[in-house]
Amino acid sequence: MIEVKNVSFTYPNGVEALKDVSLAVNRGEFVAIMGQNGAGKTTLVKLFNGLLKPAKGEVLVDGVSTRKVSVAKLARKVGFVFQNPDHQLFSETVEEEVSFALRNFGFGKRAIKKRVDWALGLLGLTQYREASPFMLSGGERKRVALASVLAWDPDYLILDEPTIGQDHRQKEKLRQFIVQLNAQGKTVIVVTHDVEFVAECAPRVVLMTQGRILAEGPAVDILTDRNLLAEASIVPPQMTQIFEGLKDFGLSEKVIDLEDGAKALLDFLGADG
Amino acid sequence: MKGSLPLVTSRCTLAIIEASNLTYTYPGRKEPSLLDVSLTVKKGEFVVLTGPSGCGKTTLCRCFNGLIPHFYGGALEGDLRVAGLKVAEHEISELARHVGLVFQNPQNQLFSLSVEKDVAFGLENIGMLREEIQKQVDWALTMTGIEDLRDRAPHELSGGQQQRVAIASVLAMKPEVMVLDEPTSFLDPLGAQTIFEVIHDLNERLGITVILVEHRLDLASKYADHVIIMDEGKVLLDGEPRGIFGSEEARLIGVGIPKATRLYQVLERRGVHLRRMPLTSAEASQLLREVLK
Amino acid sequence: MSMFDGFKFRKVTSPIHRLDPRAKFLYVCVVFVVAILFNELLPLLLLFLLQIPIIFVAGVQREWLRSMRGAALFAVIIFVMNFVFTYFFPGSIAGIVPPVNTFSEYFLIFERSLTLTFRFIVLIESFSVFFLTTSPDRLSLALQQSHVPYELCFAFTTAVRFVPVLAEEAQTIMDAQRARGLELEGGNFLKRVRNYVPVLIPLIVSAIRRSLELAEAMESRAWGATDKRTNLYVLKLAGGDYGLMFASFGGLALAVFARFYLTIPSITTLLAL
Repeated sequence: MIEVKNVSFTYPNGVEALKDVSLAVNRGEFVAIMGQNGAGKTTLVKLFNGLLKPAKGEVLVDGVSTRKVSVAKLARKVGFVFQNPDHQLFSETVEEEVSFALRNFGFGKRAIKKRVDWALGLLGLTQYREASPFMLSGGERKRVALASVLAWDPDYLILDEPTIGQDHRQKEKLRQFIVQLNAQGKTVIVVTHDVEFVAECAPRVVLMTQGRILAEGPAVDILTDRNLLAEASIVPPQMTQIFEGLKDFGLSEKVIDLEDGAKALLDFLGADG
Repeated sequence: MKGSLPLVTSRCTLAIIEASNLTYTYPGRKEPSLLDVSLTVKKGEFVVLTGPSGCGKTTLCRCFNGLIPHFYGGALEGDLRVAGLKVAEHEISELARHVGLVFQNPQNQLFSLSVEKDVAFGLENIGMLREEIQKQVDWALTMTGIEDLRDRAPHELSGGQQQRVAIASVLAMKPEVMVLDEPTSFLDPLGAQTIFEVIHDLNERLGITVILVEHRLDLASKYADHVIIMDEGKVLLDGEPRGIFGSEEARLIGVGIPKATRLYQVLERRGVHLRRMPLTSAEASQLLREVLK
Repeated sequence: MSMFDGFKFRKVTSPIHRLDPRAKFLYVCVVFVVAILFNELLPLLLLFLLQIPIIFVAGVQREWLRSMRGAALFAVIIFVMNFVFTYFFPGSIAGIVPPVNTFSEYFLIFERSLTLTFRFIVLIESFSVFFLTTSPDRLSLALQQSHVPYELCFAFTTAVRFVPVLAEEAQTIMDAQRARGLELEGGNFLKRVRNYVPVLIPLIVSAIRRSLELAEAMESRAWGATDKRTNLYVLKLAGGDYGLMFASFGGLALAVFARFYLTIPSITTLLAL
């Protein structure tokens, strides 16, 4: 479990990024941390793997304070996939890239090979094993970055804005992949401002604005609350917008999913005869 | 008659971009990135260009202002005319006065230490007189709503503000066409919305032809007169929005069709008919209200 | 805050900030020449003190102090080296024949070393004032109007403009690699250098990519359309600039006169040591 207890954080340039934030993420959960650019989402998750240490308050990962452990040790448990894969890629081959962290963590040669094989297979990159990561397309490079983090099988996986620059199909594949990972027991934390993506995944949503947590709860509750979203400067999902205009017909406003919305309409019309 | 203005202003039916059988291969590559692309864009249109990653939309954008073939080299076959100029025969610096290109990354298209200087950059390059530059810079800043950012340094600005500066610096050169290559990729939805509104405004008020490359079709489709969908270097769909977004082909290509449209299709299949195919959520709400009564 | 802050331009308005960089540069050159003219401590101390009011008028005292603090280490090294050198080879000071034994002789050596140290300090002082009160923009404009090719001026401003961007990116890359278990602190020198490879390569690759994107953007805004490039801003020499230039030349004339026609006593003699 990752616990954030009354944490405040200010950057050296004076920006107060987090103001008295408290949050708990249990093992196996799927959480989306949402908010505008500048709300403090990335700052918050950087506290989870110790890249940033809280100025006030405490962050505990599985009971251990992040102040007492090095980033390398925390990273073993908390994997962080950064927004831009080009900030990580530096090796001559994809294989070397994916095994980088494993070498840092002291895995044995055989274990490294097994894990690299597994991670490449999982993300459909086996044929690029000997390729230079710089020669791959944007989408492929993103997968290499993801593979290199999954390779050491961290308990918690943080993805920072994974949908930026992705087309519709890539987002679909990513969504399915994340849902599958979570179903297999991995704790997944996604930092994003992509409302549609979150509406389709329907995780637990933590809504942030100006360094505070505004609200948290199931996606269907948070993403349909107009006032909350307005305060966080977030646009509601398309389905919610459609159903907002229909509330005087007695239809539920709490719709974020296409299938659910269609069903609700058909039931309503069927009931009318 | 020569010399007299047509009585009908804004949307005339003259073509401002004409591409015939455009094929292009980047230097050193074996496969072409554009394959036999033919299309026509009329003056004043708002075109949304979309397609899966790697389909050639970025390559096509770079053809419009001459970066291809003049900057990138490679083999360009076929014919492309923009604003009456044959792209292969004119320098980028000349084409730049007719076609502006706004790129994806807000940061990497701003060079100066102040917004005003960045907006003036293109005009300085063409050797315009100072007084004229000042006037056009002021105008461009006003048109994009960023006069208050005039003296700020680009590094202090948010991504959305930076993109508006980029648009202003392109606008200052008074081009007939503005091409925007995924300008909202790095912006949050609210920032993206603002950019679309600015572009739409320029299209409506000034008659600038817009070519917008976007994945977020739910946000962009309401502005489009004309939609082009590409895949694997070819133009697969080309026409007006409703026809294209509602088509089976669009669904198979895998672009992000607006949920309003998809809802319409699901309901159609189950025997519930709306008067029209909606593109936006607001439209869908309205049409559904008619059916629900 | 590092020593380099003592040279970073601060966006404040003062009469000094408004002066034309070319006039200020002339002033710096004059200071340089005057500092070299004299071997005696008195004129250099005077030169040092004369510039202090300029610093206060410009309102950059705090930053200037930082540059002085940063220069302090070098100053000490220069002093010590000169002292030791002059001690063993005192021929450069009139009237001393080795070996050095009287207190007055020691004091002369001390004074000489202090003089040479102050030469360095005075130069740092004037350069610091120059850079603190001149925006990179105006500096570039001054270069352009001094017929430095535009490409070079542009390269200069662009470099300055991207310094904060690169700094941020370097930090992000370090974070991304630390999150994969990379240890950036500790270890012997060789190990530390090797550990920076995963930080340098993404930085360099990113810089190359950025250059390409910048080039595209420049071309798209009619770069190279004409040889006769114009400028929105133009630097014009005004009253204050002429005043500064006049004062500088006047000062230079006085200094030359003093050097060749007056004998300047050393402090040692003044104190009758």
